[in-house]
Amino acid sequence: MTASKDPEVARPRIATVWLGGCSGCHMSFLDTDEWLFELAARADIVYSPIADVKAFPDDVDVCLVEGAVANADNLELAHELRAKSKLVVSFGDCAVSGNVTAMRNPLGDPRAILEHVYVEAPDRDGVVPGEAGIVPELLPRVQPLHRVIDVDVFLPGCPPPAERIVAAVEALLAGERPKRSGESIRWG
Amino acid sequence: MMRERRRTLTVSFDGVEVDAYVGESVLQCARRHQVDIPSLCFLEGLSVYGGCRVCVIEVAEDLRLRPACATTVAADMEVSTDSPRLKAYRKAIVELLFAEGNHVCAVCVSNGNCELQDVAVHVGMDHVRYDQRSPMRAIDASHPKYLFDPNRCILCTRCVRVCDEIEGAHVWDVGSRGQQAVLTTDLNQPWGTSTSCTWCGKCVAVCPTGSLSYQGTAVGEMHHDPKMIVRLAAARRGEWIDPEEYR
Repeated sequence: MTASKDPEVARPRIATVWLGGCSGCHMSFLDTDEWLFELAARADIVYSPIADVKAFPDDVDVCLVEGAVANADNLELAHELRAKSKLVVSFGDCAVSGNVTAMRNPLGDPRAILEHVYVEAPDRDGVVPGEAGIVPELLPRVQPLHRVIDVDVFLPGCPPPAERIVAAVEALLAGERPKRSGESIRWG
Repeated sequence: MMRERRRTLTVSFDGVEVDAYVGESVLQCARRHQVDIPSLCFLEGLSVYGGCRVCVIEVAEDLRLRPACATTVAADMEVSTDSPRLKAYRKAIVELLFAEGNHVCAVCVSNGNCELQDVAVHVGMDHVRYDQRSPMRAIDASHPKYLFDPNRCILCTRCVRVCDEIEGAHVWDVGSRGQQAVLTTDLNQPWGTSTSCTWCGKCVAVCPTGSLSYQGTAVGEMHHDPKMIVRLAAARRGEWIDPEEYR
């Protein structure tokens, strides 16, 4: 991405997305503290759980994606953000590897898991919650983001420490790829 | 103690000539000369298994990859430790280890103190290109002191070897074959019912991942101590090694 010298002409457009994850990566994003002001001075956050925007916009330069692809909504949004973003970043271990979100995979069919949690568990009302078009269907398997769409940059960590996020986003804003070695790629 | 004078020969690592002891492995020689070759199943003092394949090297123009731990040095051997091909294979091997089991660092007792995690960082693994197998494996928490989680096991067999060769109990072994292969205690009975286990904890000490741990250990709290076995094995051989060096 090449940013014009005139900030009014080409401010980088950044999106952050929350798929099947705990929001911890976004908490870590907020943990970048005053750097957020620097970021806001140089770029536009055009879509994010912390910015009330309903539809994923066009022409995004960098899209940070937290979470694994666990349900039908995640899958649809993953394809949409890929089509509308220049660079897609797997943001945190769930997007990178499936992580905790994918721990249901060994248990197999998600219907059996829902039955167990909502019907067999004694403190429930015995009904699997569902509402067509509102509660998204669970996918048969939870997938890391790159098994569903092409991913340009991997930013592991559960969550990625704030310094790691700053280093990666700074590199991307400078038109470079973040470092893919050393402690910056440690999972967990 | 008088140290026996060891016969030496010359080998080279990536073009740099060094002295090697006759009979030692390429990995041992490399480590003595601070040549960095990653490994997982190898542990000084235990027999050589050569199973993880992380320490693969190339010798001169020979196209075969060889495990450095199971390759004996020879005169004028030209060893390549860091070629693009080796880097690519090592990374693929580590990715396959992650794809094979259920390695969820974020909820693992060994998070931050894990040899598998360290090797993944070493080889530059920022994601796994292969599909996760996601096997269903039951945890054995029947032992009063220790816990075995086969989801985190990479079948390095350090526990099998230390229990057999150092403790002399041979509680552990590998049962089943291929992708069903799993560590077993006694004749595939729950660990807590084992009549051969001495509760010594050497298996836990040498585990490179979070697969063997102490009961009641929380995320990131597990610290293994494989160097303890290195010191112990050296003492058994009648050798003294600097504990500071093998801390």
